[in-house]
Amino acid sequence: MSGIVRYGSYVPFNRIQRSAIGGGRGERAAASYDEDSASMAVEASREALRELPEGAEVDTVAFVSTSAPYTEKLNAATLQAATNLPKSVTALDLGGSTRSGLSALLAGIDMASAGRTVLVAASEVVVGAPSGPRESGGGDAAAAFVLGGNGTEPIARLIGRASCTEEVLDVWQSPGMPFAKQWEERFGASIFTPLLVETFARALADAGVAASDLSKVVLDGTNARVFRGFMRPAGLDPAQLADGMAGSVGRAGAAHAGLTLASALDGASAGDRIAVACVADGVDVAVFEVTDAIDDGRPKHSVVSWIESKRDDLAYTTYLKWRDVLPFEPPRRPDPDRPAAPPMQRAERWKFGFVGSRCNRCGNTNLPPQRVCVVCQASDDSTAEPYADSECRISTYTLDRLAYSLQPPVIGAVVDFDKGGRMLCQLTDVDPDKVAIGDELEMTFRRLYTAGGVHNYFWKARPRR
Amino acid sequence: MASKGICDRVAIVGMGCTKFGEHWNRSASDLLVDAVQEAYGSAGIEPDNVDAYWLGTTGSGISGLTLSEPLKIQYKPVTRLENMCATGSEAIRNAAYAVASGAYDLVMAVGVEKLKDSGFSGLTGSAPPGDGTESGMTAPANFSLLAPAYAEKYGVDLETMRDVLTKIAYKNHYNGARNEKAQFQREVPVEKINSSPKIAGMLGIMDCSGVSDGSAAAVICRAEDAHKYNDNPIFIKALSFVAGPSEGAKRQDYDFTTFPEVVESARDAYVQAGIEDPREQISMAEVHDCFTPTELVLMEDLGFSPRGQAWKDTMDGRFDLDGDQPVNPDGGLKSFGHPIGASGLRMMYEMWLQLRGEAGERQIADPKVGLTHNLGGAPGRCVSFVSVVGL
Repeated sequence: MSGIVRYGSYVPFNRIQRSAIGGGRGERAAASYDEDSASMAVEASREALRELPEGAEVDTVAFVSTSAPYTEKLNAATLQAATNLPKSVTALDLGGSTRSGLSALLAGIDMASAGRTVLVAASEVVVGAPSGPRESGGGDAAAAFVLGGNGTEPIARLIGRASCTEEVLDVWQSPGMPFAKQWEERFGASIFTPLLVETFARALADAGVAASDLSKVVLDGTNARVFRGFMRPAGLDPAQLADGMAGSVGRAGAAHAGLTLASALDGASAGDRIAVACVADGVDVAVFEVTDAIDDGRPKHSVVSWIESKRDDLAYTTYLKWRDVLPFEPPRRPDPDRPAAPPMQRAERWKFGFVGSRCNRCGNTNLPPQRVCVVCQASDDSTAEPYADSECRISTYTLDRLAYSLQPPVIGAVVDFDKGGRMLCQLTDVDPDKVAIGDELEMTFRRLYTAGGVHNYFWKARPRR
Repeated sequence: MASKGICDRVAIVGMGCTKFGEHWNRSASDLLVDAVQEAYGSAGIEPDNVDAYWLGTTGSGISGLTLSEPLKIQYKPVTRLENMCATGSEAIRNAAYAVASGAYDLVMAVGVEKLKDSGFSGLTGSAPPGDGTESGMTAPANFSLLAPAYAEKYGVDLETMRDVLTKIAYKNHYNGARNEKAQFQREVPVEKINSSPKIAGMLGIMDCSGVSDGSAAAVICRAEDAHKYNDNPIFIKALSFVAGPSEGAKRQDYDFTTFPEVVESARDAYVQAGIEDPREQISMAEVHDCFTPTELVLMEDLGFSPRGQAWKDTMDGRFDLDGDQPVNPDGGLKSFGHPIGASGLRMMYEMWLQLRGEAGERQIADPKVGLTHNLGGAPGRCVSFVSVVGL
């Protein structure tokens, strides 16, 4: 039976305190100035893809977001390239509703049942109107799932599901609107609560389990009021509810159901049954049963470990600047050049996949890949050498207060890789006052800047999280 | 392996140099007219006498027309060249080899840069279309890597290192204060250098060379013809130029305390000129002090100080105007300013003045052999030029 083979999550490093926004408890996660939903999807996907079980070869990639960096140009292609998946994959972008994260997960499982192995990465950068509930209650995060089952033991099997679609005006954003709007929540709740009760019951019936058999229930949606009248009719106990991370991450749009499911899986044992419901423009409900394979399938980072690894004092004005909401005084430097299509295409494996070369004669590693080896000058005699998951450390560094950046100073570091090779690159997710020579680093996929509407993706190094 | 060189076969018989600085009311063309016409006058020649021109500029024009158009040069070869911050020196090298070959009898090397029209701080480049994966670090950031690396390697505490860098800036401003063509003609107090706003790493704005506009030019011929034009020519002893393979940015064994390109170009130049002990035999030098730690490291790469000792020699005053081996007597890039394409020629202009006893208030007593050093790029990834000139 098909299900989840591997999963991964990603919560960015920065948090903004709701008290800094103007009220509310706790904090929300904020994508850094050099992140977007595609780059965060890559980070979550790297977690899910790191140790795939034997026989699982991803042949389908879906990127899911309502905040996709490109409205036209396949964001899933960026995901494919940055995760070094084969070019033969079927790739698609999905979105349109924050329910699409869970819808895509179900669709992926359907494809798995048809023999495919599917990566579904849902990711969201939630930008709400300043001082509004979406800004405060939203959060930025990503979750990724590899769905399969054909010859591979899933860590969680889909044992039941149900859906319902409702044409209703709840949350909407049309082209040209800078922020989404939401209708009065009391109205939404009056429509959605009965739909959720009914759909949830159908899913349990499909799974052949009772509400009391569920060890965790993930409830996610655009409208928290929907769930107030749901628990009792559904026969659920509050103790079964999975933590929605409202106080630590915030609701991460299309990624949130997946992120909460990932968190539930982090703590799950074989035999656990987990229901996931997402309510937006209708309802999806999925019921999973965790298998014995769970202990071999947990990612390197749990959701909690991402949440605990943070800098929590992001200034509100800085946040607004990062999200392009607040105009600011630019540095007295030229705008960065738009990267050019042919050079990007030629350098694709380096720029996106972070693949260098290893000289077949002397074994030296070259970053970026070189035709002529920098050590022995052997020509056109090298092998591709992947670097994205290679550990590295700071050989030396400097704070560049002159370079163009949304978050000066740029921290430029000479980074030496444990397996050989050196490159000059920028550090990110780091306090400039705490950088030191010898610091251990790991690589992270980022959007360096956007010029001429072109997002310039490349890799940076960050302190290990 | 070394260049065979053209020691004493080529002479400089005239030079011109504009004041460097913020020339809001002068274009690159204006600066070229000023420098070239001054050089014509210095050599006592007419434009018709010049057989060919080499023009160095990194971004203030393309093609030989940049020079021929403003000066109305009458249908002669003008080569425009670029080699990053060593561009001006490359103009000299190529022009000198052209007369040495016998292809021409009298040529000019010219350099110009108009930096202050951009409206930006620091240098701006126009790179070819790229894949967007370059580090994006600025020049001060790249060169700032030298200071902590040097301090660490030679056990110099960072406070002392700060004093050494300050001393270099202080010295070069002291010299520039005695130069009417320098961009900054004022001495700068130590406290002001120490407390200047930080630009990159340890470097403050007072550790950086001046961003400026300017032009300089040299008239060059074979040695046997030199006295036709000038009673006091100076002679080229060596011209060396090296482009590195960019190892430092790629190999873990590079430690940011040296420029291998400079070491090699100096070695080559010393062989050409027959210099065995540069610390004793070089009377004075104009070196590429783009940032203060660059000058420190250059003192060792050029063989003026033993490894790990340049900081002491600097503090002891060895490189002061009245020291044993004055470095950057005209104020250097730091105080004279750094209009990229013109800087290599400006360095040679100081050699011209000093060797001919025309340096006025900053005249060094009886200099015999001078060196110019010009660098382009960044630590680990650069080009380097060294010339030796004398009487």
